[in-house]
Amino acid sequence: MQIYLPIAEIVVNPLILVGLGGVVGLMSGLFGVGGGFLITPLLFFIGIPPPIAVATGANQVVASSVSGVLAHVKRRTVDFRMGGVLLAGGLVGSWLGVMVFNFLQSQGQVDLAVQLCYVVFLGLIGLMMLQESLRALLRSRQPSTGRRRLHQHMWVHRWPLKMKFRASGLYISAIPPLMIGLAVGVLAAIMGVGGGFIMVPAMIYLLGMPTKVVIGTSLFQIIFVTAFTTLMHAVNYNTVDIMLAVLLILGGVVGAQIGTVLGARLRAEQLRILLALLVLAVCGKLALDLFLTPDDLYSIATGGR
Amino acid sequence: MAWPPRYIALPALLLAMLAAPPLLAQQAGPEASEQEAEAEAQRDMGRATPDSGAAADDFLLYPDPGRPRAVVPENEAEVPEKVVAGLSQDAVSITATFDGSDILIFGAVKRETPIPTDSKLDVVVTVEGPAQPLTIWRKERKLGIWINTERVNIGAAPSFYAVATTGPLDQILLPEWDMRYRISIPLAMRSFAGPVDVADTVPFTQAMIRLREDERVYRQDTGSVTLTEETLFRANIRLPASLIEGDYKTRILLLRNGQVVDVHRAPIEVRKVGLERWLYRLAFDWPLIYGLMSLAVAVLAGWGASTMARWLRRA
Repeated sequence: MQIYLPIAEIVVNPLILVGLGGVVGLMSGLFGVGGGFLITPLLFFIGIPPPIAVATGANQVVASSVSGVLAHVKRRTVDFRMGGVLLAGGLVGSWLGVMVFNFLQSQGQVDLAVQLCYVVFLGLIGLMMLQESLRALLRSRQPSTGRRRLHQHMWVHRWPLKMKFRASGLYISAIPPLMIGLAVGVLAAIMGVGGGFIMVPAMIYLLGMPTKVVIGTSLFQIIFVTAFTTLMHAVNYNTVDIMLAVLLILGGVVGAQIGTVLGARLRAEQLRILLALLVLAVCGKLALDLFLTPDDLYSIATGGR
Repeated sequence: MAWPPRYIALPALLLAMLAAPPLLAQQAGPEASEQEAEAEAQRDMGRATPDSGAAADDFLLYPDPGRPRAVVPENEAEVPEKVVAGLSQDAVSITATFDGSDILIFGAVKRETPIPTDSKLDVVVTVEGPAQPLTIWRKERKLGIWINTERVNIGAAPSFYAVATTGPLDQILLPEWDMRYRISIPLAMRSFAGPVDVADTVPFTQAMIRLREDERVYRQDTGSVTLTEETLFRANIRLPASLIEGDYKTRILLLRNGQVVDVHRAPIEVRKVGLERWLYRLAFDWPLIYGLMSLAVAVLAGWGASTMARWLRRA
């Protein structure tokens, strides 16, 4: 069975797309990442033109994030206040990011910049998370040595504009979350993703939020960032393929539900190890593409898009 | 359709620079495109004369930019053989389940005189999709990583091109006639766009043709035209499933002694219909509404799945 995509103007197998959406939705429910960093390269791989893959991927992420976040709302694991502050930074950041993207494009080599961004950030974050979560896992296996502190006081706790984030159990300045939102927004716009895979570790390691709250909160703010991205692409470049999106969404929303159920059963450390391994796998694949001799030195780019 | 300005500006620029209007032919009706093609053939001949060879034109043509174009004698006023042809369909509708389309091209040779016995008759059928500008990139290793370094811009290359023949093209067609009518695949690519920065464009254009032949969008089907009694012919050309909307051009050429004796041109309209058409128009004419609709679908689907899952768990 085949289906013709009206905007992409190519024919695809709908079952493959539903399956792809399902896998990415599973990741989304499990780890609180939107899955943009997975879906976009996967869509390239099956022959969807890159701009359409980026824009439509964003639309699919909206659906799986909504699906995932509702389950977290039920379990009261969303910090709306923190999400709002991150989002405020994030929207300004993605606006800045679009400007940086346009600048890079005018200089040529934007593809390379995006690919290098992916390799560097995925690599750094993956390694950091893997090391930290392995250490945490080892520590939990040994008999506990006395009472652990609730959380550590770091530099972020001494800034002004303090706010109470009840769901996260934090009383910290609003400036660090705003800055993190901004930085992630810039990167997300350049890389064409929701930024969950950067946001999740930033919340855990920089803000000291509990992992359970992090996933719901990340999904909450990803909804708005990716909705904004989808709309920008649809209006400026006409690159959202709704037929493609519906197929991905069908798989995605179901996958997200399964992911959320699985996530509630796994332990936080195990979850983080899995996410770290996944991030490193994608990073390794992208790095190989950069370093290995390509099958064909030549490629065709159709004008316009 | 609301074309972004760059789609208009680029062809307009090309038109002025190269005097080879690629997109005009695509938009004009069948009659206009016929006149245009005729005019183009005339212009190509004009360009071949030594005194008109502007420096900019010299490197514009593939495969051999430096080669002078042979002047082809005009067709005699009295053409003894004419082609009469028809298509099984002159319109292709793209629906959601579109899976490619077979076009049967059939016809006969009309003549008042007996069949000439001194030469063999051959038939060539070409189908050409709307032209697009494109860029061919070459990767190079820099600091250990592979990046796109050199490129060649092509002003207009057909999105689809199929040549069906009664025999090997190089045996039935003389190169100068190929150049005049642009029949073989390399010549179907119209022109380079803007200044060419690379020393040698040939590897780039060869790579492009190779890539497109691998994708089966450029095809040469030798021997797929059947000719009966030097009078009746038929050819079956398969349009691929991943088809771009636009006006496709069909040509049926009669060949004798490697020369084109007569040409018949027919258009095929490829259009999206039904839901495909509606979504496409909405996306380009009302992008904001289309974008909001996409978001609404996403949010509803997400909410629906979540509600379903909760309902299932309770049950």
